[in-house]
Amino acid sequence: MIRLDELTKVFGTPAGDITAADRIDMEVPEGEICVLLGPSGCGKTTTMKMVNRLVEPTSGRIFIDGTDVTKTDPITLRRRIGYVIQQIGLFPNKTVEENICAVPDLLGWDRKKSRSRAAELLELVALDPAVFLKRFPKELSGGQQQRVGVIRALAADPPVMLMDEPFGAIDPINREVIQDEFLRMQSEIKKTIMFVSHDIDEAVKMADRIAIFDSGKLIQYDTPDDLLAHPKNNFIADFVGGDRTLKRLRLITVEEAMMKDPPRVTADDSLSDAVAKMEEHGHQSIIMVGPRGRARGAIRLSDARGQKGRVGEHYSKLPTTVRINEDLRNAVSAMFSADETWLACVDDDGNYKGYITQRGITHILGATYRDQ
Amino acid sequence: MNRAASEDANVRTYEDDGFRDTDYQAAGRTRNRLKSGIDRLAGAMRLADAIGAGTLKRFNGVIYALALFALGAWAWASGILQSIWELRDDVIYLTFGEWRDVTEFLSGDFSATLQHIPLVLVSGLLAILVGVPFGVWLSRPYMARYAEALMQVLNVGTTIPTLAILALSMSVLGIGSLPAVFGLFVATLLPIVRNAYAGCSSVPSHLIESATGMGMTPRQIMMRVEVPNALFVIFAGIRTALAINVGTVPLAFLIGGGGLGELIFQGIALNDFGMMLAGAIPVALLAVFVDFLLAQGQYWLVPRGVNPLR
Amino acid sequence: MDTILELTLQHIQIVAVAVGLAILTGVPIGIAITQDQRAADTVLYIAAIIITVPSIALFGVMIPILSLIGQGIGYVPAVIAILLYSQLPIIRNTYTAIANVDPALREAARGIGMTPLQRLRQVEIPLAIPVIMAGVRTAVVMNIGVAAIAAYIGAGGLGQLISRGISQTDPRQLVAGALAVSILAIAADFFLLWLQKRLTPRGLSVKRG
Repeated sequence: MIRLDELTKVFGTPAGDITAADRIDMEVPEGEICVLLGPSGCGKTTTMKMVNRLVEPTSGRIFIDGTDVTKTDPITLRRRIGYVIQQIGLFPNKTVEENICAVPDLLGWDRKKSRSRAAELLELVALDPAVFLKRFPKELSGGQQQRVGVIRALAADPPVMLMDEPFGAIDPINREVIQDEFLRMQSEIKKTIMFVSHDIDEAVKMADRIAIFDSGKLIQYDTPDDLLAHPKNNFIADFVGGDRTLKRLRLITVEEAMMKDPPRVTADDSLSDAVAKMEEHGHQSIIMVGPRGRARGAIRLSDARGQKGRVGEHYSKLPTTVRINEDLRNAVSAMFSADETWLACVDDDGNYKGYITQRGITHILGATYRDQ
Repeated sequence: MNRAASEDANVRTYEDDGFRDTDYQAAGRTRNRLKSGIDRLAGAMRLADAIGAGTLKRFNGVIYALALFALGAWAWASGILQSIWELRDDVIYLTFGEWRDVTEFLSGDFSATLQHIPLVLVSGLLAILVGVPFGVWLSRPYMARYAEALMQVLNVGTTIPTLAILALSMSVLGIGSLPAVFGLFVATLLPIVRNAYAGCSSVPSHLIESATGMGMTPRQIMMRVEVPNALFVIFAGIRTALAINVGTVPLAFLIGGGGLGELIFQGIALNDFGMMLAGAIPVALLAVFVDFLLAQGQYWLVPRGVNPLR
Repeated sequence: MDTILELTLQHIQIVAVAVGLAILTGVPIGIAITQDQRAADTVLYIAAIIITVPSIALFGVMIPILSLIGQGIGYVPAVIAILLYSQLPIIRNTYTAIANVDPALREAARGIGMTPLQRLRQVEIPLAIPVIMAGVRTAVVMNIGVAAIAAYIGAGGLGQLISRGISQTDPRQLVAGALAVSILAIAADFFLLWLQKRLTPRGLSVKRG
């Protein structure tokens, strides 16, 4: 846990004092990622760098796991805090192994222990230790360097990590990959992380909470969904963008938005049964499932009414389905491309789990406004 | 960034493959049509080439052999080779000197005369021992105010001809090995200090930030990050400096130092070609050899991670 | 004072003639070797070896050879030595400058229909001039020192003051000579730096600043 209490930094310049961080109060709960977001010069980086005292606070206090560290010796403090920067900062003169072991070596760990830890960490980011331990940074690709940069910060198992635009220098395709990889890793290691970014999409993706800064002040500190749904003022509304509600689609999975346990028919059911089921639920169509529950096709009410026979003889194929662990953005995209107002939702094995409609999505996005 | 881009490029190669295949196919058809014709032509050319190159090579060899023979004959006839051979003991003494002179000189008896290689070693090592730490020290943040001004002075200093440095050294310290060593030391020092300073100052600030952020002390940052990463540049400075040193050592004779310069200058004064060559040839070979040695040293001693040559 | 001025002019003349000739040979060589990597490596390697040979040793080797044509000492060996020493900085800088011209520019020049010669004259050489000038500057500053040593083989110049100062143990001549030659080197360095900036096409210097 990181807690900032009235944290302030004033830089003296020839043109007068500049308040880079103005009485910042915030708390990053244990095991969460907090993204500090804002335009350049807003104070987000200054605020973060005060935590490991690369910037000495003018006033205010910093607590890590409940202890006041404002007056701790900065050298000792920094060895307990993982630090990742945009330029990565791997030492070119050291091998990957030596880079990873930099902090353990500073702490005087047993060599054997730190070296085996280096190998473990490499495996954690899917780099083969046999190949990479003895390489030099210049022999790695940008993405590989960034991964090593991250695990170097993790080497001494610090409870807290500070990350300064850690994925900013990576091309968009690889950035997505590394972000996903990092989130997967975080779900295991559960560090308390302060993460500086200027990219709203990255923030929405990575953050448990987002803190938006403007000219040295913390303007809003909220979960991504609340921030997008309820920007506190025009600055934030502008900053998160006019499409902020579309961005919220990313935060909701299909599973959360779909109608569960929907009515279904099998190929052997008669059309009249299907019609009865649809009328009972007020649906215009119904999904036909296979023997093991996989979504196979659909029957329309208008086609089935007054017809005789079995479902298996009259069903039409499904234009597309959506998986329940995808986010709503993909679901909406699939609906638009199929020109449909609803989609069948399936799990990874293709089993029919529910359906999602445009109305349903509108409803779930609007819930936050109705509660108020 | 580049690496990221190349990784990106790897991803794209797959998409490109389709296009390339068709390119290859088209090129292949053209190739096939041309192939037979070119083959015949190329065969003829290769044959002509082989004959031509062979003759040329043999011809070259003959010319070299003839030239060498002529030179040797001329040298022998004029007695040069003989007089060089007669001077062999002098050459060896003036090159290596005696160990005793070095120990005496280093223990403070400056009347001992240092010969060629001892002059290089004493002045060169002294310059390295002083220059590298001095340059590193200048790159410390608290020295920033003076460092740049001092570098300007050093830059001007390096344009001063070495003969002038020796002359000035002699005008202050008189005649002997001491002014020679001092003059050589100064001429060698400047590039070393300059490169050590430049090397340390140009270590990227993000490396320093990383090191600070992980809890290194300023001293640890200097020894574990800055100096190792400046090593290649520092070594380049040493190489330049010692090239200047080795080039200047023959002049040390002029101000009373020892060395092979004696043979060259005496040879010029006496118009004795044999003596001139007996000095000039070893001096030239030694200079080339020292440079070669340092180049090898730079290649092998600077660790792979920070060595752009490896 | 008269002698110092005279000797200075003599000194400048030796260096100017030799470096002038070196530009006339080195620049074409530097351009030519951009066409062939192997040739470039060989030429640069030889030039690098020549420059490592101490000047007095080069004189010592040249005198016996040049005396065959009766030019063993004096002006000619001094000019030849400086000519040789100047090759490395001038050839190397020309070569690197031309070889490093942005391929996009070269393609653009080709794209608007320039012949290789037009490309060289209108694009590559103008872009390379500041770098070539930097090589000339290095050569001049270095060879002011070589010319001083050439006084010992009777080439004249400010080295004479130093050599006389040493042999006559006359500190006045010694210091005067040493200072004069140092000031000459420093002044030449500054002058050529200024010239280098003047010769840099405006568009380039702006981009660099």
